[in-house]
Amino acid sequence: MRQEWGRLVALLLSQFRRLDLVEDALGDAVEAASRTWPDDGVPANPAGWLMTAARRRVLDRLRSEDVARRKLPLLLTDAERHQEGVTAMADTGALVEDDVLRLVLMCAHPALAPESASALSLRLVLGVPTADIARLFLVPEPTMAARVTRAKKRIVGAGIPFAVPDASVLPERLDIVAQTAYLAFTAGYSPGTGPDLLRADLSGQAIRLVRVVLGLRPDEPSLVALLALVLLQHSRRDARVHDGRLVLLADQDRTRWHHDEVAEATRLLRSPCLTGPLTPLAASYVVQARIAAEHATAATAADTRWDRVVELYDVLLQVAPSPSARLARAVAVAEHRGAAAGLAALEGLEIPDSHRPAAVRAELLARAGDADAARAAYDQAIAACRNDVERAFLEGQRERL
Amino acid sequence: MRYLVLLIGDGAEKPWSEHTEDEQVVAMAKFGEFDAACRDRAGVELIAGEALSESGDATVMRTVGGRVQLTDGPYAEVIEGMGGFYLLDAPDLDVVVELLQVLPRYDIQIHPTVDVTP
Repeated sequence: MRQEWGRLVALLLSQFRRLDLVEDALGDAVEAASRTWPDDGVPANPAGWLMTAARRRVLDRLRSEDVARRKLPLLLTDAERHQEGVTAMADTGALVEDDVLRLVLMCAHPALAPESASALSLRLVLGVPTADIARLFLVPEPTMAARVTRAKKRIVGAGIPFAVPDASVLPERLDIVAQTAYLAFTAGYSPGTGPDLLRADLSGQAIRLVRVVLGLRPDEPSLVALLALVLLQHSRRDARVHDGRLVLLADQDRTRWHHDEVAEATRLLRSPCLTGPLTPLAASYVVQARIAAEHATAATAADTRWDRVVELYDVLLQVAPSPSARLARAVAVAEHRGAAAGLAALEGLEIPDSHRPAAVRAELLARAGDADAARAAYDQAIAACRNDVERAFLEGQRERL
Repeated sequence: MRYLVLLIGDGAEKPWSEHTEDEQVVAMAKFGEFDAACRDRAGVELIAGEALSESGDATVMRTVGGRVQLTDGPYAEVIEGMGGFYLLDAPDLDVVVELLQVLPRYDIQIHPTVDVTP
């Protein structure tokens, strides 16, 4: 059912252009199915059944609305014209695929806030329950429900189109799609507060979103590079936590990595579409993925080619300079040329509201043998850390000094 | 959909008074291009559009205690005086944004209107 969700939403939307009614109607149809199918048996064309039920529901609602009295005849003609689309749904017709692309581009429209766009994409394209999206973005469920509702209203109110934009702006728009998918992915891997260390299952939903869009635009560089990047990060999920504790990259059991995903990612990184001119976003995904691939393909932590990792970070800092890239480069420099070089690379680096620069500084000071300064840096990191598991890790490191 | 387009600030452009005469001619030509682009675009109708005089010329009208009170000067919350407006019919936001890119690079607010015809 989940696989069909986005296609059904897209198809209904292409008929009715009423985002507010479409999703509720589909929800009602799914609910009706869960009641009747166990008794009556699953229909031959489940998607078609749901589609018909949802369409009836939308028409009922439209009839009961004042505004519908004026526009109903128009909508009905529209609906009839789209009947062909429904029969085509059983096979994966081009029409349907195009509808899904429209849905994706509408959800990630630049006039929507990125967080709303991410949440809306997961909800409408993949049918992820609002409660799960709330968990992913660490907000209470009613807050997320309100955010999704607001985004839907804004689409209708601002006149955001349900359309595939002109070829001249399509790569830009697909970059935004990639960004919103990545935002959803990283939400699962960078827990800010609370007891969860990671929510890998939910990051997996974001990967599914990338796969859906990539299926529609197979040679889009930003999507190809992003899929490689997220697969590499995701492939380590089972090795990142042990007995409820964070396990650093160097200490991870590499046999627990998903090597099929690593292989897929390295294959993606060889795609011909990545050799042409790239948008800055696509270029930054490629470089980040290549860095992740250096780690993923090293047989042991000691075999990591830190010289190449440092070089790649130098490229990344040119393509997309950011404090977190500088921090990661400093770590690589320390591995390659020693703690003192790493500390020098950290000089003057601060990331507001983050404990990470202090945590790295503490680790490097400890390696350099300056236990007092290391203790002070750990105190600073522990005070700034808002994740329970990470804080426990930092406290353990401090005690071992 | 009907949109009220408000040219709310100079944005990436110099203030009008700092333009040379030649630059003013170039900028004016862009408004002509915008009119033409709207005319040529299917589903788009430019219903109205005016440049506004200096903000100091505006009058504010309020009803206080049942009596109409007029004061000089605009007290609307705009950072700079509003330069002008358009009212246009267009299929969706993307079409409006595309057409407006013909204009000088002002800061622009695109505000859909509510259809109240019975």
